[in-house]
Amino acid sequence: MIEERFDAIVVGAGMAGNAAALTMAKHGMKVLQLERGEYPGSKNVQGAILYADMMEKLVPEFREEAPLERHLIEQRFWMMDDRSHVGMHFRSEDFNEERPNRYTIIRAQFDKWFSSKVREAGATVLCETTVTELVRDDRGRVIGVRTDRRDGEIHADVVVLAEGVNGLLGTRAGLRDRPAPDSVALAVKEMHFLPRETIEARFNLKGDEGVVIEAAGTISRGMTGMGFIYANKECISLGIGCLVTDFQRTGQTPYGLLDQFKRHPSVSPLIAGSEVKEYSAHLIPEGGYKSIPQLYGEGWVVVGDAAQLNNAIHREGSNLAMTSGRIAAEAISLVKARGEPMNATNLSIYKKRLDDSFVIKDLKKYKDLPPLMHTHSQNFFLTYPQLISKAMQNFVRIDGTPKAEKEKATLQSFVKARSWTGLLGDVYRFARAWR
Amino acid sequence: MNVEAPVRVEDKLYYNRYVVDVGHPHVKIRPHTTPSPQLLALLKACPARCYELNDDGQVEITVDGCIECGTCRVIAESTGDIQWSHPRGGYGVLFKFG
Repeated sequence: MIEERFDAIVVGAGMAGNAAALTMAKHGMKVLQLERGEYPGSKNVQGAILYADMMEKLVPEFREEAPLERHLIEQRFWMMDDRSHVGMHFRSEDFNEERPNRYTIIRAQFDKWFSSKVREAGATVLCETTVTELVRDDRGRVIGVRTDRRDGEIHADVVVLAEGVNGLLGTRAGLRDRPAPDSVALAVKEMHFLPRETIEARFNLKGDEGVVIEAAGTISRGMTGMGFIYANKECISLGIGCLVTDFQRTGQTPYGLLDQFKRHPSVSPLIAGSEVKEYSAHLIPEGGYKSIPQLYGEGWVVVGDAAQLNNAIHREGSNLAMTSGRIAAEAISLVKARGEPMNATNLSIYKKRLDDSFVIKDLKKYKDLPPLMHTHSQNFFLTYPQLISKAMQNFVRIDGTPKAEKEKATLQSFVKARSWTGLLGDVYRFARAWR
Repeated sequence: MNVEAPVRVEDKLYYNRYVVDVGHPHVKIRPHTTPSPQLLALLKACPARCYELNDDGQVEITVDGCIECGTCRVIAESTGDIQWSHPRGGYGVLFKFG
């Protein structure tokens, strides 16, 4: 056993873990952070978009220091069928502001920098160390962790589980269930490299301006899923994800979907001639509010993806991760400052503060959307995109058909596919789940 | 869009950097004669195509190309079909970009 005792052990050096370790170290706590990768970031996968507001709360000067890719001035939503897409684009000069709101980042690089801030704040960061289990006393309280290093048992007053969506410790210890196949999506991603001028020309950008495209429709072949295309400085992050339960049910392959997405006529010109330098995959928590587990207990808290904290509608995973990490760390620091024990009663401040924050408020607002999307995936991801594409084509193609007849044909195609009850029901269900 | 050229996953994995922990696979399959539906699902669902059917109709795993997403754990750990651990510290896939 390692004799040295810590105030807190943080398991994992992703967004949640770094936010927690940094915050506790800043509060003067003695923090040990354990990461299984060779360096912080080497196991972390995300699209990735960084939200500045939450990052600023952790490292106010991050804009000058962090490896950022492009600040986003444009968001595109694409509803796709096999040969077309119907788009909604929002682009604004307002986003070319002094302190931009959103950036694309490359996680392995960003996390390495983030971790350097954690070290600067005084935390000890130990990489290449896999935590194998939680150590508990005879009353079941968590008192430390066991690692795969020799003499690998380390004790602390509290353990912060920032072990990610696929975290083993919490589930092995019975603190929460393993994610269910219908509450996580599997996303696969490739990094496509191109000269920066090429990216700027293809996406209509200048300087460090950036754009992200979120795409849904027949690309997921009737499964609940989305594709994404994010412009970085010299590469494009391109990927697609669907619910694990849908992959299991349909027998579709993730790389088959990715390949089809890349060959779509709306996508292939964007990446033509690129050099692929990495292929990655990651699970994304999609269950929303209803799948959040117990967040604290005797000597432990769970934060970030491990706690299923992801807003699937607004694509805020890492944002909720770093916010929950920070809020948990502030709660722990408060308990520590009062000189009180790290028991469940005291650590419940974390949940109370998280409930009062946008994290839980947003997840509560959308609590019915994930199940709706999952049970009606054929309609929302296959039927409607095809109908809307046909309607658009009917609208823009000029062929001598009187407009009234065209509109009638479009309306009939919707009613034929979904029936009046179906259409009204879908609108009602969607509006109810959204509000 | 119906004509689909086979996607070579091994080519994709070639882009990645790995430190393989020879002799210590982090995922193991329970010995079986006939694979369960969960095990069979992994043949398609695994994004690195680590799972293959052998000549006797059993599912086998080669973890060298694993990108540690956890999909197989979500599908087949609760049924006892597989055992899933993280690779030892420092081993496994090492993302340059992530």
